[in-house]
Amino acid sequence: MLRSDSLKSLVRMVMLTRAIEIDCDDCMVLIDEYIDMELAGKDAAMAMPLVKAHLDLCPPCRREYEALLVAVQAVMD
Amino acid sequence: MAVKSNEEWLSALRGSGVEHQQAIQELGETLKRGLRYALSSYGKVRPEDIDDFAQDAVLRILDKLDTFQGRSRFTTWAHKVAVHIALSELRRRRWRDVPLLPPKELSFDQEAPVDVRDEDEGPEERAIRREMMRLVSAAIDNDLTDRQRQAMVAIVLQGMPLSEVAAHMDTNANALYKLLHDARKRLKKRLTEAGMPPEDILAAFQDA
Repeated sequence: MLRSDSLKSLVRMVMLTRAIEIDCDDCMVLIDEYIDMELAGKDAAMAMPLVKAHLDLCPPCRREYEALLVAVQAVMD
Repeated sequence: MAVKSNEEWLSALRGSGVEHQQAIQELGETLKRGLRYALSSYGKVRPEDIDDFAQDAVLRILDKLDTFQGRSRFTTWAHKVAVHIALSELRRRRWRDVPLLPPKELSFDQEAPVDVRDEDEGPEERAIRREMMRLVSAAIDNDLTDRQRQAMVAIVLQGMPLSEVAAHMDTNANALYKLLHDARKRLKKRLTEAGMPPEDILAAFQDA
């Protein structure tokens, strides 16, 4: 049965839907560039909006992005 | 350890002899260090898993060296490969024995009350939420294909990652992403045409 938490999750995904989106492979090709841009203090979300939009919509890619950020920062320290 | 430039990494990894072996070892150690931190919040990851992930990543990196385009630091690109290998395997372990739910699980049960968490919610608010719930469920039932509905159930209700849903449905993640993108566009169009755009629905359920 559709419950309110599932409804909100689903409707949020629908709300964020854009006419043009990139898929997971395309996002992963660009994610290292995105991360380095962020770590350099630049506005990666503005420079690469399709990547940002995909990360907002795709939890697995979001988790890879977050893990990659931790990994890169860990070896920088 | 001195920080290598991209060119120094590529030269050493493409080379031979002692410099090549040292670069491979340094890469492996760097990846392991990154993975230990990156996977620290993931349960059931053993030290030997980290070793295996890093080793697989080194092999894949060596195989794909010519695909590195220099748009990022080499080490960021390399960590990307390692993280992808690690999280793909952890996802596979977590979900391999979980079956997909039947598509009808996402249907609206008109006999069951919509879950209400706000005790102060009045009858009018409750009626609006029920109508919104009915509208979304009807859109899912009527506007999506069976495969779209099945994928949506797995992702929304079960929280199954897209790559695992794709494996269960004998397709690949990109094809499934496109399938779901089409599904989301259909739902967005239907809800907007019905006078209940997604933003309004989310606002109505903000306190739920």
